[in-house]
Amino acid sequence: MMRIASVFTEKKHAALIAFITVGYPTLEATLEAVPLLEKCGVDMVELGIPFSDPLADGITIQQASFEALQNGITPAACLDAARFIRKKSNMPLIFMTYYNPVLSYGQELFCADSSRAGIDGLIIPDLPLEEAGALEESTLNHNLDLIYLLAPNSSEARIREVADRSRGFIYLISVTGVTGIRENAPLGLNEFTSKVKKHTDKPLCMGFGISTPEQAAHVSKSVDGVIVGSSIVHIMGTQKQWKPPLSHFIRSLKKAIQTAK
Amino acid sequence: MIPDDRGYFGEFGGRFVPEVLIPALEELTEAYRGAKEDPFFQEEFYNLMKCWSGRPTPLYEAKRLNELQGGARIYLKREDLLHTGAHKINNALGQGLLAKKMGKKRLVAETGAGQHGVAAAAASALLGLECVVYMGEEDVRRQAPNVSRMRLLGAEVKAVTDGSRTLKDAINEAIRHWVTNVDNTYYLLGSAVGPHPYPLMVRDFQAVIGREAREQVLALRGTLPDYVVACVGGGSNAIGIFYPFVNDQQVKLIGVEAGGQGLESGKHAASLVAGKVGVLHGAKSFILQDEAGQIQPTHSISAGLDYPGVGPEHGYLKFTGRAQYTVVEDHLALEAFLLLSKTEGIIPALESSHAIAYALKLASTLEQDQAVVVNLSGRGDKDMEIVNSMLEVGQ
Repeated sequence: MMRIASVFTEKKHAALIAFITVGYPTLEATLEAVPLLEKCGVDMVELGIPFSDPLADGITIQQASFEALQNGITPAACLDAARFIRKKSNMPLIFMTYYNPVLSYGQELFCADSSRAGIDGLIIPDLPLEEAGALEESTLNHNLDLIYLLAPNSSEARIREVADRSRGFIYLISVTGVTGIRENAPLGLNEFTSKVKKHTDKPLCMGFGISTPEQAAHVSKSVDGVIVGSSIVHIMGTQKQWKPPLSHFIRSLKKAIQTAK
Repeated sequence: MIPDDRGYFGEFGGRFVPEVLIPALEELTEAYRGAKEDPFFQEEFYNLMKCWSGRPTPLYEAKRLNELQGGARIYLKREDLLHTGAHKINNALGQGLLAKKMGKKRLVAETGAGQHGVAAAAASALLGLECVVYMGEEDVRRQAPNVSRMRLLGAEVKAVTDGSRTLKDAINEAIRHWVTNVDNTYYLLGSAVGPHPYPLMVRDFQAVIGREAREQVLALRGTLPDYVVACVGGGSNAIGIFYPFVNDQQVKLIGVEAGGQGLESGKHAASLVAGKVGVLHGAKSFILQDEAGQIQPTHSISAGLDYPGVGPEHGYLKFTGRAQYTVVEDHLALEAFLLLSKTEGIIPALESSHAIAYALKLASTLEQDQAVVVNLSGRGDKDMEIVNSMLEVGQ
């Protein structure tokens, strides 16, 4: 049974998926954060492997990536972190990164090592369908889910192809924009999700700009999972004692999703 | 067909971008295909290039320089004489017209040395489009006159304070701006880099340089030149002058990258000479990166060459051996800058000075009846401040 798929079977409400940048503010923080996130109700964690030029990310994750790289974080260090986390947790773990670090590591080797480290899937925001053939093959060889993204402006033809090829879930980008904290809930949400649902029964998870319990509750009514990143990264990076506010924030997200009507 | 339908030049190119941009790139590819075949579009482009930009530019034999240097004759393709002072206007005008044809109201552009920013601002003013230009904070400082020019032309200049604060970071920010405003904004990319169709489109708009130079050198000498030399940052002026000579196998094509303080120092911008294959800014090509795939900081005296990637068609020309790539260090570029100013009364851009420096060295090893065409891609007024400070340090 694939760990990611298991999150979406027999669930009553949308899954809560958290993103953190590995090595931000420190590697220790990453290793401590994952069990805490799990304890507070997170169902799945995306571990961000920092890249020097994160062009799909807004200012929060850009800065986190920059500092993580200053801290000496490499893909190899992220694999070590995953191995460490996996020993204590059975929660699905996903690597999110850009294509060049994967290409540089070697796609086949990266997938083999990720799988061995206990990673369940990959999200590569700058690798659209057309360019992903080789990585898709490597992920299949090593029992990893390659999760594709769809945007509100994706065509019907692309939705069909992503629906066909995405494994684990389909990542819906809530807005045409970069990651980051936003004040308003995404517009045209139902239109977008129903357009995708016409073509697939696969789980749909939405991310980008979801930063408050209200937004999470709103989004959770239309999808199978809600992805929160920048707000978590922001709390971990700006508060010296980040654990209490992080626990509080995650619990409030969870509660908002569970009670959403 | 090079590139193929997916924008690949051999194994280089492609479209490595966030999903949000795919519809925009598909729309752009379709619009560009239409414009390429539309005689009215082409006529408007050529008329404006002639009456507004000042084409054709002359091919000028640098006689005093040749007397001094000896060896082969050097001919300068005078892109420095174009409106706004560099070859960048060819592409800015072409893409500006395309944006207008597509019904876009705003342009976003990045700039390194500021030449593309100024060209984009001028084209926007001409065509009645809004214009936002992202420029690294470091470049805003070292190319201040161009910042004033952009603002005068009505563009909004946004200083980028991330990363190395140079061209690479300006491109990141311009792409993020485009991702966020993709409905109404056209991304006017200034070099032959980026996702398909940009490398193709920029090459086509810049190929006018090589077409003219080829005709002109044939008219002057009756034969093709032995060498064509151009500087390479992202590679737009180089691909523009190389492309029409690619099938002339006897013409050797040489691209000159920024050697900075020397390849051993690690402070350079020689992506083709010292980089390895990777993906940056939407395309697969040669990239300066560390062993973990992180993009490395670059250095060059010239802001326009200070970039860790290069256009995919250059990757292909290197791979096939059709073009050769080499480096010239900062101090030699500066010497060439001074020499051309004193002997020919032409102040070249520091970018172009790299090509001139290499051509001088090359010409001295060749026979008198041989010819070297150099793309003098821009004028050097913008570089006065940095040249003055370098000279003060040197004294």
